[in-house]
Amino acid sequence: MTRLIVRRCAQSVPLLFVISLLVFALIHAAPGGPLSTYLENPNVRPEDIARLRQAMGLDRSLSAQYVAWMLAFLRGDWGYSFADGRPVLERLTERVPATLELVGAASLIALALALPIGVFAATHRRFDRLTTFLTVAGISLPVFWFGLILQLLFAGWLGWLPSSGRATFDGDGIGDRLAHLVLPATLLAAVFAAAWSRYLRRAMQHIIGRPFIRAARARGVRRTALLLRHSLPNALPSFVTVVLLDASIMASGAVVTESIFSWPGVGSLFAESLVKRDYTVLMAFLMCGSITVMVLNLIADIAVQLIDPRTRDVS
Amino acid sequence: MSDATSLPPIAPPTRRRVTSRAPRTAAVLLIALVVLAAVAPLIAPYAVDAIDLANRRAAPSAEHWFGTDELGRDLLTRILYGAQVSLAIGLVSALLSAAIGAAVGATAGYARGWIDDVLMRLTDAMLAVPRLPLLMIVSAVLQPSVPLLVVFVGAAGWMESARVVRAEIMSLAARDFVSAARAVGATPLRVVVRHLLPGVLSTASVATTLAIGRGILLESALSFFGVGVQPPTASWGNMLYQAQTTMTSEPWLAIFPGAMIFLTVLACNVVGDAIGAGSDGTS
Repeated sequence: MTRLIVRRCAQSVPLLFVISLLVFALIHAAPGGPLSTYLENPNVRPEDIARLRQAMGLDRSLSAQYVAWMLAFLRGDWGYSFADGRPVLERLTERVPATLELVGAASLIALALALPIGVFAATHRRFDRLTTFLTVAGISLPVFWFGLILQLLFAGWLGWLPSSGRATFDGDGIGDRLAHLVLPATLLAAVFAAAWSRYLRRAMQHIIGRPFIRAARARGVRRTALLLRHSLPNALPSFVTVVLLDASIMASGAVVTESIFSWPGVGSLFAESLVKRDYTVLMAFLMCGSITVMVLNLIADIAVQLIDPRTRDVS
Repeated sequence: MSDATSLPPIAPPTRRRVTSRAPRTAAVLLIALVVLAAVAPLIAPYAVDAIDLANRRAAPSAEHWFGTDELGRDLLTRILYGAQVSLAIGLVSALLSAAIGAAVGATAGYARGWIDDVLMRLTDAMLAVPRLPLLMIVSAVLQPSVPLLVVFVGAAGWMESARVVRAEIMSLAARDFVSAARAVGATPLRVVVRHLLPGVLSTASVATTLAIGRGILLESALSFFGVGVQPPTASWGNMLYQAQTTMTSEPWLAIFPGAMIFLTVLACNVVGDAIGAGSDGTS
Protein backbone atom coordinates (compact mmCIF):
# COMPACT_ATOMS: atom_id res chain seq x y z
CA MET A 1 0.00 0.00 0.00
CA THR A 2 2.69 2.51 1.01
CA ARG A 3 4.70 1.46 -2.02
CA LEU A 4 1.74 2.20 -4.27
CA ILE A 5 1.23 5.63 -2.71
CA VAL A 6 4.92 6.52 -3.01
CA ARG A 7 5.06 5.30 -6.60
CA ARG A 8 1.95 7.20 -7.64
CA CYS A 9 3.14 10.40 -5.94
CA ALA A 10 6.45 10.13 -7.76
CA GLN A 11 4.58 9.60 -11.03
CA SER A 12 2.48 12.68 -10.48
CA VAL A 13 5.51 14.98 -10.26
CA PRO A 14 6.17 15.06 -14.03
CA LEU A 15 2.43 15.33 -14.58
CA LEU A 16 2.25 18.39 -12.37
CA PHE A 17 5.27 19.80 -14.15
CA VAL A 18 3.52 19.48 -17.53
CA ILE A 19 0.34 21.05 -16.18
CA SER A 20 2.17 23.93 -14.54
CA LEU A 21 4.03 24.63 -17.81
CA LEU A 22 0.69 24.64 -19.60
CA VAL A 23 -0.88 27.07 -17.13
CA PHE A 24 2.20 29.32 -17.15
CA ALA A 25 2.38 29.37 -20.95
CA LEU A 26 -1.28 30.27 -21.14
CA ILE A 27 -0.97 33.46 -19.14
CA HIS A 28 2.09 34.53 -21.09
CA ALA A 29 0.32 33.83 -24.37
CA ALA A 30 -2.16 36.59 -23.55
CA PRO A 31 -1.64 39.69 -25.69
CA GLY A 32 0.26 41.97 -23.34
CA GLY A 33 1.02 39.12 -20.97
CA PRO A 34 -0.06 39.22 -17.33
CA LEU A 35 -0.34 43.01 -17.42
CA SER A 36 -2.92 43.03 -20.23
CA THR A 37 -5.59 44.29 -17.79
CA TYR A 38 -3.66 47.54 -17.38
CA LEU A 39 -2.88 47.98 -21.08
CA GLU A 40 -6.43 48.95 -21.93
CA ASN A 41 -6.70 51.38 -19.02
CA PRO A 42 -5.98 54.96 -20.26
CA ASN A 43 -5.09 56.02 -16.72
CA VAL A 44 -2.08 53.74 -16.71
CA ARG A 45 0.77 55.46 -18.56
CA PRO A 46 3.31 53.49 -20.62
CA GLU A 47 6.06 54.38 -18.13
CA ASP A 48 3.87 52.90 -15.36
CA ILE A 49 3.60 49.71 -17.35
CA ALA A 50 7.37 49.61 -17.69
CA ARG A 51 7.76 50.24 -13.95
CA LEU A 52 5.20 47.51 -13.10
CA ARG A 53 6.92 45.15 -15.48
CA GLN A 54 10.20 45.62 -13.66
CA ALA A 55 8.63 45.59 -10.19
CA MET A 56 6.82 42.33 -10.90
CA GLY A 57 9.89 40.74 -12.44
CA LEU A 58 8.26 40.42 -15.85
CA ASP A 59 11.44 41.72 -17.53
CA ARG A 60 13.32 38.61 -16.51
CA SER A 61 13.69 35.60 -18.80
CA LEU A 62 10.68 33.33 -19.07
CA SER A 63 12.48 30.41 -17.46
CA ALA A 64 13.51 32.54 -14.48
CA GLN A 65 9.92 33.73 -14.13
CA TYR A 66 8.64 30.18 -14.27
CA VAL A 67 11.05 28.97 -11.59
CA ALA A 68 10.18 31.91 -9.34
CA TRP A 69 6.46 31.33 -9.84
CA MET A 70 6.73 27.58 -9.23
CA LEU A 71 8.79 28.02 -6.04
CA ALA A 72 6.36 30.62 -4.73
CA PHE A 73 3.44 28.35 -5.61
CA LEU A 74 4.96 25.47 -3.67
CA ARG A 75 5.45 27.77 -0.67
CA GLY A 76 1.75 28.63 -0.75
CA ASP A 77 2.42 32.15 -2.00
CA TRP A 78 -0.06 32.31 -4.87
CA GLY A 79 0.09 36.04 -5.42
CA TYR A 80 -2.62 38.63 -5.08
CA SER A 81 -5.94 38.94 -6.84
CA PHE A 82 -6.06 41.71 -9.44
CA ALA A 83 -9.69 42.31 -8.55
CA ASP A 84 -9.47 43.17 -4.86
CA GLY A 85 -5.80 42.90 -3.94
CA ARG A 86 -6.32 40.09 -1.42
CA PRO A 87 -4.12 36.98 -1.40
CA VAL A 88 -5.33 34.41 -3.91
CA LEU A 89 -4.99 31.56 -1.41
CA GLU A 90 -7.34 33.37 0.98
CA ARG A 91 -9.91 34.07 -1.72
CA LEU A 92 -9.90 30.42 -2.82
CA THR A 93 -10.01 28.81 0.61
CA GLU A 94 -12.93 30.92 1.83
CA ARG A 95 -14.97 29.55 -1.10
CA VAL A 96 -14.06 25.88 -0.61
CA PRO A 97 -16.70 24.95 2.02
CA ALA A 98 -19.60 26.06 -0.18
CA THR A 99 -18.27 24.04 -3.10
CA LEU A 100 -17.69 20.97 -0.94
CA GLU A 101 -21.26 21.24 0.34
CA LEU A 102 -22.65 21.44 -3.19
CA VAL A 103 -20.43 18.75 -4.73
CA GLY A 104 -20.94 16.47 -1.73
CA ALA A 105 -24.73 16.78 -1.88
CA ALA A 106 -24.70 16.29 -5.66
CA SER A 107 -22.48 13.19 -5.43
CA LEU A 108 -24.75 11.65 -2.77
CA ILE A 109 -27.85 12.27 -4.89
CA ALA A 110 -26.12 10.91 -7.99
CA LEU A 111 -24.94 7.76 -6.18
CA ALA A 112 -28.35 7.21 -4.60
CA LEU A 113 -29.84 7.25 -8.10
CA ALA A 114 -27.07 5.51 -10.03
CA LEU A 115 -26.60 2.44 -7.80
CA PRO A 116 -30.20 1.13 -7.91
CA ILE A 117 -30.72 2.22 -11.52
CA GLY A 118 -27.50 0.57 -12.68
CA VAL A 119 -28.23 -2.71 -10.91
CA PHE A 120 -31.86 -2.95 -11.96
CA ALA A 121 -31.25 -1.88 -15.53
CA ALA A 122 -28.74 -4.71 -15.89
CA THR A 123 -31.36 -7.29 -15.00
CA HIS A 124 -34.78 -5.90 -15.90
CA ARG A 125 -35.33 -5.56 -19.61
CA ARG A 126 -38.32 -3.24 -19.51
CA PHE A 127 -36.82 -0.99 -16.83
CA ASP A 128 -33.64 -0.95 -18.92
CA ARG A 129 -35.44 0.44 -21.95
CA LEU A 130 -36.79 3.34 -19.92
CA THR A 131 -33.53 4.11 -18.15
CA THR A 132 -31.44 3.72 -21.31
CA PHE A 133 -33.44 6.55 -22.81
CA LEU A 134 -33.37 8.65 -19.65
CA THR A 135 -29.64 8.23 -19.09
CA VAL A 136 -28.68 9.02 -22.69
CA ALA A 137 -30.84 12.12 -22.34
CA GLY A 138 -29.09 12.87 -19.05
CA ILE A 139 -25.57 12.82 -20.47
CA SER A 140 -26.71 14.93 -23.43
CA LEU A 141 -28.19 17.72 -21.32
CA PRO A 142 -26.56 21.12 -21.69
CA VAL A 143 -26.11 21.76 -17.95
CA PHE A 144 -26.38 25.54 -18.15
CA TRP A 145 -29.62 25.38 -20.13
CA PHE A 146 -31.18 22.78 -17.85
CA GLY A 147 -30.17 24.99 -14.91
CA LEU A 148 -31.96 27.98 -16.39
CA ILE A 149 -35.05 25.86 -17.01
CA LEU A 150 -35.03 24.52 -13.43
CA GLN A 151 -34.64 28.05 -12.15
CA LEU A 152 -37.48 29.33 -14.32
CA LEU A 153 -39.76 26.45 -13.38
CA PHE A 154 -39.23 26.00 -9.65
CA ALA A 155 -38.10 29.46 -8.60
CA GLY A 156 -39.85 31.64 -11.17
CA TRP A 157 -43.20 30.13 -12.09
CA LEU A 158 -43.90 27.81 -9.18
CA GLY A 159 -42.03 29.87 -6.57
CA TRP A 160 -41.29 26.77 -4.50
CA LEU A 161 -37.55 27.24 -4.11
CA PRO A 162 -35.13 30.16 -3.91
CA SER A 163 -33.51 30.95 -7.26
CA SER A 164 -29.98 31.72 -6.12
CA GLY A 165 -27.50 31.98 -3.28
CA ARG A 166 -26.59 29.66 -0.42
CA ALA A 167 -28.89 31.15 2.24
CA THR A 168 -31.31 34.03 2.67
CA PHE A 169 -29.56 37.14 3.98
CA ASP A 170 -31.38 37.20 7.32
CA GLY A 171 -32.59 33.65 7.06
CA ASP A 172 -31.38 31.00 9.44
CA GLY A 173 -31.90 27.38 10.13
CA ILE A 174 -31.18 24.23 8.23
CA GLY A 175 -34.44 24.42 6.27
CA ASP A 176 -33.42 27.62 4.53
CA ARG A 177 -29.99 26.20 3.68
CA LEU A 178 -31.49 22.99 2.33
CA ALA A 179 -34.01 24.87 0.21
CA HIS A 180 -31.15 26.76 -1.40
CA LEU A 181 -29.21 23.55 -1.96
CA VAL A 182 -31.96 21.58 -3.73
CA LEU A 183 -31.85 23.10 -7.24
CA PRO A 184 -28.07 23.41 -7.74
CA ALA A 185 -27.40 19.98 -6.23
CA THR A 186 -30.08 18.37 -8.43
CA LEU A 187 -28.65 20.03 -11.51
CA LEU A 188 -25.11 18.91 -10.79
CA ALA A 189 -26.31 15.43 -9.82
CA ALA A 190 -28.40 14.88 -12.97
CA VAL A 191 -25.51 14.43 -15.37
CA PHE A 192 -23.51 12.22 -13.03
CA ALA A 193 -26.47 10.05 -12.08
CA ALA A 194 -26.96 9.39 -15.80
CA ALA A 195 -23.30 8.73 -16.59
CA TRP A 196 -22.66 6.56 -13.55
CA SER A 197 -25.79 4.41 -13.91
CA ARG A 198 -24.90 3.77 -17.57
CA TYR A 199 -21.47 2.65 -16.52
CA LEU A 200 -22.69 0.47 -13.65
CA ARG A 201 -25.28 -1.18 -15.92
CA ARG A 202 -22.60 -2.14 -18.43
CA ALA A 203 -20.25 -3.42 -15.74
CA MET A 204 -23.06 -5.43 -14.13
CA GLN A 205 -24.09 -6.95 -17.45
CA HIS A 206 -20.53 -8.12 -18.05
CA ILE A 207 -20.42 -9.74 -14.61
CA ILE A 208 -23.85 -11.35 -14.87
CA GLY A 209 -22.82 -13.06 -18.11
CA ARG A 210 -19.86 -14.76 -16.43
CA PRO A 211 -19.84 -18.52 -15.66
CA PHE A 212 -19.43 -18.12 -11.89
CA ILE A 213 -22.76 -16.33 -11.71
CA ARG A 214 -24.36 -19.14 -13.70
CA ALA A 215 -22.79 -21.60 -11.29
CA ALA A 216 -24.06 -19.67 -8.27
CA ARG A 217 -27.52 -19.62 -9.78
CA ALA A 218 -27.37 -23.34 -10.40
CA ARG A 219 -26.53 -23.83 -6.74
CA GLY A 220 -29.79 -22.09 -5.93
CA VAL A 221 -28.40 -18.81 -4.67
CA ARG A 222 -31.23 -16.37 -4.20
CA ARG A 223 -31.79 -13.63 -6.72
CA THR A 224 -31.05 -10.77 -4.31
CA ALA A 225 -27.88 -12.42 -3.07
CA LEU A 226 -26.88 -13.19 -6.62
CA LEU A 227 -27.07 -9.53 -7.50
CA LEU A 228 -25.89 -7.86 -4.33
CA ARG A 229 -23.37 -10.39 -2.96
CA HIS A 230 -22.00 -12.06 -6.09
CA SER A 231 -22.33 -9.52 -8.91
CA LEU A 232 -22.22 -6.03 -7.44
CA PRO A 233 -18.93 -6.39 -5.52
CA ASN A 234 -17.26 -7.46 -8.75
CA ALA A 235 -18.56 -4.43 -10.60
CA LEU A 236 -17.68 -2.00 -7.82
CA PRO A 237 -13.91 -1.54 -8.27
CA SER A 238 -14.19 -0.20 -11.81
CA PHE A 239 -17.29 1.76 -10.84
CA VAL A 240 -15.45 3.48 -7.99
CA THR A 241 -12.63 4.37 -10.38
CA VAL A 242 -15.05 5.90 -12.86
CA VAL A 243 -16.83 7.88 -10.14
CA LEU A 244 -13.59 9.32 -8.76
CA LEU A 245 -12.15 10.01 -12.20
CA ASP A 246 -15.20 12.09 -13.05
CA ALA A 247 -13.89 14.70 -10.61
CA SER A 248 -12.50 16.84 -13.41
CA ILE A 249 -15.92 16.89 -15.08
CA MET A 250 -17.36 17.70 -11.66
CA ALA A 251 -15.12 20.79 -11.60
CA SER A 252 -16.50 21.94 -14.96
CA GLY A 253 -20.03 21.24 -13.75
CA ALA A 254 -19.43 23.20 -10.56
CA VAL A 255 -18.32 26.25 -12.54
CA VAL A 256 -21.54 26.19 -14.57
CA THR A 257 -23.91 25.30 -11.72
CA GLU A 258 -22.45 27.76 -9.25
CA SER A 259 -22.57 30.68 -11.64
CA ILE A 260 -26.17 29.99 -12.66
CA PHE A 261 -27.38 29.75 -9.06
CA SER A 262 -24.92 32.35 -7.68
CA TRP A 263 -23.64 29.68 -5.31
CA PRO A 264 -20.71 31.31 -3.45
CA GLY A 265 -18.21 28.55 -4.19
CA VAL A 266 -14.90 28.16 -6.01
CA GLY A 267 -16.67 27.66 -9.34
CA SER A 268 -18.46 30.99 -9.29
CA LEU A 269 -15.22 32.64 -8.13
CA PHE A 270 -13.67 31.25 -11.30
CA ALA A 271 -16.47 32.63 -13.49
CA GLU A 272 -16.23 36.06 -11.80
CA SER A 273 -12.46 36.09 -12.20
CA LEU A 274 -12.82 35.19 -15.86
CA VAL A 275 -14.95 38.27 -16.50
CA LYS A 276 -12.41 40.45 -14.64
CA ARG A 277 -9.40 38.74 -16.31
CA ASP A 278 -8.10 38.03 -12.81
CA TYR A 279 -5.24 35.81 -14.02
CA THR A 280 -3.69 35.00 -10.65
CA VAL A 281 -6.98 33.53 -9.42
CA LEU A 282 -7.57 31.69 -12.71
CA MET A 283 -4.10 30.11 -12.64
CA ALA A 284 -4.50 29.04 -9.04
CA PHE A 285 -7.90 27.52 -9.84
CA LEU A 286 -6.51 25.50 -12.72
CA MET A 287 -3.56 24.25 -10.68
CA CYS A 288 -5.76 23.33 -7.70
CA GLY A 289 -8.31 21.68 -9.96
CA SER A 290 -5.65 19.52 -11.60
CA ILE A 291 -4.03 18.62 -8.27
CA THR A 292 -7.43 17.64 -6.87
CA VAL A 293 -8.07 15.38 -9.85
CA MET A 294 -4.71 13.68 -9.38
CA VAL A 295 -5.24 13.21 -5.65
CA LEU A 296 -8.62 11.63 -6.42
CA ASN A 297 -6.95 9.35 -8.98
CA LEU A 298 -4.64 8.17 -6.22
CA ILE A 299 -7.57 7.68 -3.85
CA ALA A 300 -9.31 5.67 -6.58
CA ASP A 301 -6.31 3.35 -6.86
CA ILE A 302 -6.18 2.87 -3.11
CA ALA A 303 -9.92 2.35 -2.88
CA VAL A 304 -9.81 -0.31 -5.58
CA GLN A 305 -7.07 -2.13 -3.68
CA LEU A 306 -9.17 -2.02 -0.51
CA ILE A 307 -12.32 -3.27 -2.24
CA ASP A 308 -10.76 -5.81 -4.57
CA PRO A 309 -8.33 -8.28 -2.98
CA ARG A 310 -7.18 -9.48 -6.43
CA THR A 311 -5.38 -6.21 -7.09
CA ARG A 312 -3.40 -6.22 -3.84
CA ASP A 313 0.38 -6.75 -3.93
CA VAL A 314 1.22 -10.24 -2.82
CA SER A 315 4.34 -9.11 -0.98
CA MET B 1 -36.28 -21.72 -6.32
CA SER B 2 -39.18 -19.85 -7.82
CA ASP B 3 -37.42 -16.53 -7.66
CA ALA B 4 -34.35 -17.94 -9.33
CA THR B 5 -36.38 -18.98 -12.36
CA SER B 6 -37.63 -15.43 -12.81
CA LEU B 7 -34.07 -14.28 -13.43
CA PRO B 8 -33.36 -12.89 -16.88
CA PRO B 9 -31.35 -14.98 -19.34
CA ILE B 10 -27.80 -15.34 -18.07
CA ALA B 11 -26.09 -13.87 -21.10
CA PRO B 12 -28.13 -10.85 -22.14
CA PRO B 13 -28.79 -11.14 -25.89
CA THR B 14 -27.59 -8.29 -28.06
CA ARG B 15 -29.63 -5.19 -27.52
CA ARG B 16 -29.98 -4.51 -31.23
CA ARG B 17 -33.73 -5.01 -31.33
CA VAL B 18 -34.37 -2.76 -28.35
CA THR B 19 -32.45 0.17 -29.73
CA SER B 20 -32.93 -0.31 -33.46
CA ARG B 21 -35.53 2.41 -33.95
CA ALA B 22 -33.94 5.12 -31.83
CA PRO B 23 -30.58 5.29 -33.66
CA ARG B 24 -32.30 5.44 -37.03
CA THR B 25 -34.49 8.32 -35.88
CA ALA B 26 -31.44 10.02 -34.39
CA ALA B 27 -29.43 9.61 -37.58
CA VAL B 28 -32.30 11.00 -39.67
CA LEU B 29 -32.59 13.92 -37.27
CA LEU B 30 -28.87 14.65 -37.52
CA ILE B 31 -28.89 14.53 -41.32
CA ALA B 32 -32.00 16.74 -41.38
CA LEU B 33 -30.27 19.26 -39.11
CA VAL B 34 -27.18 19.36 -41.31
CA VAL B 35 -29.32 19.83 -44.43
CA LEU B 36 -31.46 22.54 -42.79
CA ALA B 37 -28.35 24.36 -41.64
CA ALA B 38 -26.82 24.12 -45.11
CA VAL B 39 -29.88 25.56 -46.85
CA ALA B 40 -30.60 28.11 -44.09
CA PRO B 41 -30.33 31.11 -46.45
CA LEU B 42 -32.99 29.56 -48.69
CA ILE B 43 -35.55 28.52 -46.11
CA ALA B 44 -35.11 31.06 -43.32
CA PRO B 45 -38.28 33.18 -43.11
CA TYR B 46 -36.35 36.41 -42.49
CA ALA B 47 -32.88 37.82 -43.13
CA VAL B 48 -30.49 36.77 -40.38
CA ASP B 49 -29.69 40.33 -39.27
CA ALA B 50 -33.07 41.92 -40.05
CA ILE B 51 -33.78 44.18 -37.11
CA ASP B 52 -37.45 44.95 -36.50
CA LEU B 53 -37.65 47.36 -33.60
CA ALA B 54 -41.44 47.46 -33.69
CA ASN B 55 -41.51 43.73 -32.96
CA ARG B 56 -38.96 43.42 -30.17
CA ARG B 57 -39.26 40.54 -27.70
CA ALA B 58 -42.37 39.20 -29.44
CA ALA B 59 -43.71 35.91 -28.14
CA PRO B 60 -43.92 32.93 -30.54
CA SER B 61 -46.68 33.50 -33.10
CA ALA B 62 -47.68 32.59 -36.66
CA GLU B 63 -45.30 35.21 -38.10
CA HIS B 64 -42.45 34.41 -35.76
CA TRP B 65 -42.70 30.73 -34.84
CA PHE B 66 -40.03 30.95 -32.14
CA GLY B 67 -40.60 34.63 -31.25
CA THR B 68 -38.14 37.49 -31.63
CA ASP B 69 -35.18 38.73 -29.59
CA GLU B 70 -34.34 42.09 -28.02
CA LEU B 71 -33.64 43.60 -31.47
CA GLY B 72 -36.73 42.12 -33.08
CA ARG B 73 -34.71 39.53 -35.00
CA ASP B 74 -36.59 36.33 -35.85
CA LEU B 75 -35.45 33.56 -33.51
CA LEU B 76 -36.17 30.69 -35.93
CA THR B 77 -33.95 32.37 -38.53
CA ARG B 78 -31.19 32.87 -35.97
CA ILE B 79 -31.47 29.24 -34.85
CA LEU B 80 -31.13 28.01 -38.45
CA TYR B 81 -28.04 30.16 -39.00
CA GLY B 82 -26.76 29.29 -35.54
CA ALA B 83 -27.00 25.62 -36.55
CA GLN B 84 -24.35 26.26 -39.21
CA VAL B 85 -21.89 27.51 -36.61
CA SER B 86 -22.72 25.03 -33.85
CA LEU B 87 -22.78 21.96 -36.12
CA ALA B 88 -19.62 23.00 -37.94
CA ILE B 89 -17.77 23.48 -34.66
CA GLY B 90 -19.01 20.12 -33.38
CA LEU B 91 -18.13 18.20 -36.56
CA VAL B 92 -14.77 19.77 -37.34
CA SER B 93 -13.55 19.75 -33.75
CA ALA B 94 -14.53 16.08 -33.45
CA LEU B 95 -12.62 15.20 -36.63
CA LEU B 96 -9.63 17.14 -35.33
CA SER B 97 -9.82 15.35 -31.96
CA ALA B 98 -10.05 12.03 -33.78
CA ALA B 99 -7.03 12.84 -35.96
CA ILE B 100 -4.85 13.95 -33.02
CA GLY B 101 -6.12 11.07 -30.90
CA ALA B 102 -5.42 8.52 -33.62
CA ALA B 103 -1.93 9.91 -34.22
CA VAL B 104 -1.01 9.98 -30.53
CA GLY B 105 -2.70 6.66 -29.76
CA ALA B 106 -1.21 4.84 -32.76
CA THR B 107 2.28 6.19 -32.09
CA ALA B 108 2.14 5.27 -28.41
CA GLY B 109 0.58 1.87 -29.02
CA TYR B 110 2.94 0.84 -31.80
CA ALA B 111 6.21 2.35 -30.58
CA ARG B 112 5.73 1.39 -26.90
CA GLY B 113 8.69 1.99 -24.58
CA TRP B 114 9.56 5.52 -23.56
CA ILE B 115 7.58 7.12 -26.40
CA ASP B 116 4.48 5.40 -25.07
CA ASP B 117 5.32 6.55 -21.53
CA VAL B 118 5.80 10.17 -22.52
CA LEU B 119 2.67 10.33 -24.67
CA MET B 120 0.49 8.64 -22.08
CA ARG B 121 1.79 10.90 -19.29
CA LEU B 122 0.87 13.85 -21.50
CA THR B 123 -2.58 12.36 -22.05
CA ASP B 124 -3.00 11.85 -18.30
CA ALA B 125 -1.93 15.44 -17.65
CA MET B 126 -4.43 16.76 -20.18
CA LEU B 127 -7.17 14.61 -18.67
CA ALA B 128 -6.39 15.92 -15.18
CA VAL B 129 -6.90 19.55 -16.19
CA PRO B 130 -10.60 20.45 -15.92
CA ARG B 131 -11.57 20.84 -19.57
CA LEU B 132 -14.19 23.56 -19.53
CA PRO B 133 -12.31 25.96 -17.20
CA LEU B 134 -9.14 25.46 -19.27
CA LEU B 135 -10.96 26.28 -22.49
CA MET B 136 -12.68 29.23 -20.82
CA ILE B 137 -9.31 30.71 -19.86
CA VAL B 138 -7.80 30.01 -23.28
CA SER B 139 -10.67 31.72 -25.10
CA ALA B 140 -10.83 34.59 -22.65
CA VAL B 141 -7.10 35.20 -23.09
CA LEU B 142 -6.81 34.72 -26.84
CA GLN B 143 -10.34 35.75 -27.92
CA PRO B 144 -10.31 33.31 -30.83
CA SER B 145 -12.18 33.57 -34.11
CA VAL B 146 -14.56 30.72 -34.95
CA PRO B 147 -11.94 28.62 -36.85
CA LEU B 148 -9.46 29.03 -33.98
CA LEU B 149 -12.17 28.11 -31.48
CA VAL B 150 -12.68 24.88 -33.43
CA VAL B 151 -8.98 24.14 -33.09
CA PHE B 152 -9.07 24.75 -29.33
CA VAL B 153 -12.16 22.61 -28.77
CA GLY B 154 -10.62 19.87 -30.92
CA ALA B 155 -7.26 20.12 -29.17
CA ALA B 156 -8.97 19.76 -25.79
CA GLY B 157 -10.79 16.55 -26.72
CA TRP B 158 -8.28 14.11 -28.21
CA MET B 159 -7.38 12.26 -25.01
CA GLU B 160 -10.27 9.81 -24.98
CA SER B 161 -9.73 8.64 -28.54
CA ALA B 162 -5.97 8.46 -27.99
CA ARG B 163 -6.52 5.99 -25.16
CA VAL B 164 -9.01 3.91 -27.12
CA VAL B 165 -6.84 3.82 -30.24
CA ARG B 166 -3.69 2.97 -28.26
CA ALA B 167 -5.36 0.01 -26.55
CA GLU B 168 -6.75 -1.26 -29.84
CA ILE B 169 -3.43 -0.84 -31.70
CA MET B 170 -1.60 -2.70 -28.95
CA SER B 171 -3.88 -5.72 -29.21
CA LEU B 172 -3.82 -5.66 -33.02
CA ALA B 173 -0.03 -5.27 -33.19
CA ALA B 174 0.43 -8.65 -31.53
CA ARG B 175 -1.45 -10.43 -34.34
CA ASP B 176 0.23 -12.51 -37.04
CA PHE B 177 -0.71 -10.32 -40.00
CA VAL B 178 1.34 -7.52 -38.48
CA SER B 179 4.41 -9.72 -38.10
CA ALA B 180 3.82 -10.83 -41.70
CA ALA B 181 3.70 -7.23 -42.92
CA ARG B 182 6.89 -6.47 -41.04
CA ALA B 183 8.55 -9.58 -42.33
CA VAL B 184 8.07 -8.47 -45.93
CA GLY B 185 9.79 -5.21 -45.05
CA ALA B 186 6.95 -2.75 -44.49
CA THR B 187 8.04 0.41 -42.70
CA PRO B 188 6.46 1.16 -39.30
CA LEU B 189 4.51 4.02 -40.87
CA ARG B 190 3.09 1.70 -43.52
CA VAL B 191 2.24 -0.99 -40.98
CA VAL B 192 0.34 1.50 -38.84
CA VAL B 193 -1.44 3.34 -41.64
CA ARG B 194 -2.24 0.43 -43.97
CA HIS B 195 -2.63 -2.48 -41.58
CA LEU B 196 -3.48 -1.20 -38.12
CA LEU B 197 -5.53 2.00 -38.47
CA PRO B 198 -8.26 0.38 -40.62
CA GLY B 199 -8.84 -2.09 -37.79
CA VAL B 200 -9.28 0.74 -35.33
CA LEU B 201 -11.84 2.54 -37.47
CA SER B 202 -15.01 1.29 -35.81
CA THR B 203 -13.82 2.02 -32.27
CA ALA B 204 -12.51 5.38 -33.34
CA SER B 205 -15.77 6.28 -35.05
CA VAL B 206 -17.67 5.70 -31.80
CA ALA B 207 -15.32 8.07 -29.99
CA THR B 208 -15.67 10.59 -32.83
CA THR B 209 -19.47 10.54 -32.82
CA LEU B 210 -19.49 11.11 -29.08
CA ALA B 211 -16.93 13.89 -29.56
CA ILE B 212 -19.31 15.73 -31.93
CA GLY B 213 -21.85 16.01 -29.14
CA ARG B 214 -19.17 16.99 -26.65
CA GLY B 215 -17.81 19.64 -29.02
CA ILE B 216 -21.26 21.19 -29.45
CA LEU B 217 -21.74 21.19 -25.67
CA LEU B 218 -18.31 22.78 -25.11
CA GLU B 219 -18.88 25.48 -27.72
CA SER B 220 -22.27 26.32 -26.29
CA ALA B 221 -20.91 26.39 -22.73
CA LEU B 222 -18.08 28.72 -23.79
CA SER B 223 -20.47 30.98 -25.68
CA PHE B 224 -22.84 30.85 -22.70
CA PHE B 225 -20.09 32.42 -20.59
CA GLY B 226 -19.45 35.01 -23.29
CA VAL B 227 -16.02 33.71 -24.32
CA GLY B 228 -16.99 31.53 -27.29
CA VAL B 229 -18.57 32.59 -30.57
CA GLN B 230 -18.95 36.38 -30.48
CA PRO B 231 -22.03 38.31 -31.65
CA PRO B 232 -23.25 39.21 -34.21
CA THR B 233 -22.44 35.67 -35.41
CA ALA B 234 -25.25 33.50 -34.06
CA SER B 235 -24.49 30.23 -32.34
CA TRP B 236 -26.88 28.30 -30.10
CA GLY B 237 -24.65 28.99 -27.12
CA ASN B 238 -24.37 32.76 -27.49
CA MET B 239 -28.12 33.01 -28.07
CA LEU B 240 -28.49 31.48 -24.61
CA TYR B 241 -25.91 33.91 -23.23
CA GLN B 242 -28.00 36.82 -24.40
CA ALA B 243 -31.23 35.20 -23.22
CA GLN B 244 -30.30 34.29 -19.65
CA THR B 245 -30.95 37.76 -18.21
CA THR B 246 -34.50 37.89 -19.55
CA MET B 247 -35.33 34.31 -18.67
CA THR B 248 -38.54 35.11 -16.75
CA SER B 249 -40.01 37.63 -19.20
CA GLU B 250 -38.95 36.01 -22.51
CA PRO B 251 -38.28 32.35 -21.74
CA TRP B 252 -38.61 31.33 -25.41
CA LEU B 253 -35.30 33.05 -26.19
CA ALA B 254 -33.57 30.50 -23.97
CA ILE B 255 -35.83 27.48 -24.38
CA PHE B 256 -35.52 27.06 -28.16
CA PRO B 257 -31.73 27.37 -28.62
CA GLY B 258 -31.13 25.14 -25.57
CA ALA B 259 -33.60 22.56 -26.87
CA MET B 260 -31.70 22.49 -30.17
CA ILE B 261 -28.41 21.87 -28.37
CA PHE B 262 -30.03 19.12 -26.30
CA LEU B 263 -31.63 17.41 -29.31
CA THR B 264 -28.46 17.51 -31.40
CA VAL B 265 -26.21 16.19 -28.64
CA LEU B 266 -28.79 13.52 -27.80
CA ALA B 267 -28.89 12.41 -31.44
CA CYS B 268 -25.08 12.20 -31.57
CA ASN B 269 -24.94 10.15 -28.38
CA VAL B 270 -27.68 7.76 -29.52
CA VAL B 271 -25.95 7.19 -32.85
CA GLY B 272 -22.57 6.77 -31.13
CA ASP B 273 -24.04 4.24 -28.70
CA ALA B 274 -25.57 2.29 -31.56
CA ILE B 275 -22.30 2.11 -33.50
CA GLY B 276 -20.59 1.02 -30.29
CA ALA B 277 -23.15 -1.70 -29.60
CA GLY B 278 -22.94 -2.86 -33.22
CA SER B 279 -19.16 -3.21 -33.20
CA ASP B 280 -19.29 -4.92 -29.80
CA GLY B 281 -21.59 -7.56 -31.20
CA THR B 282 -19.47 -8.40 -34.21
CA SER B 283 -16.08 -8.61 -32.52
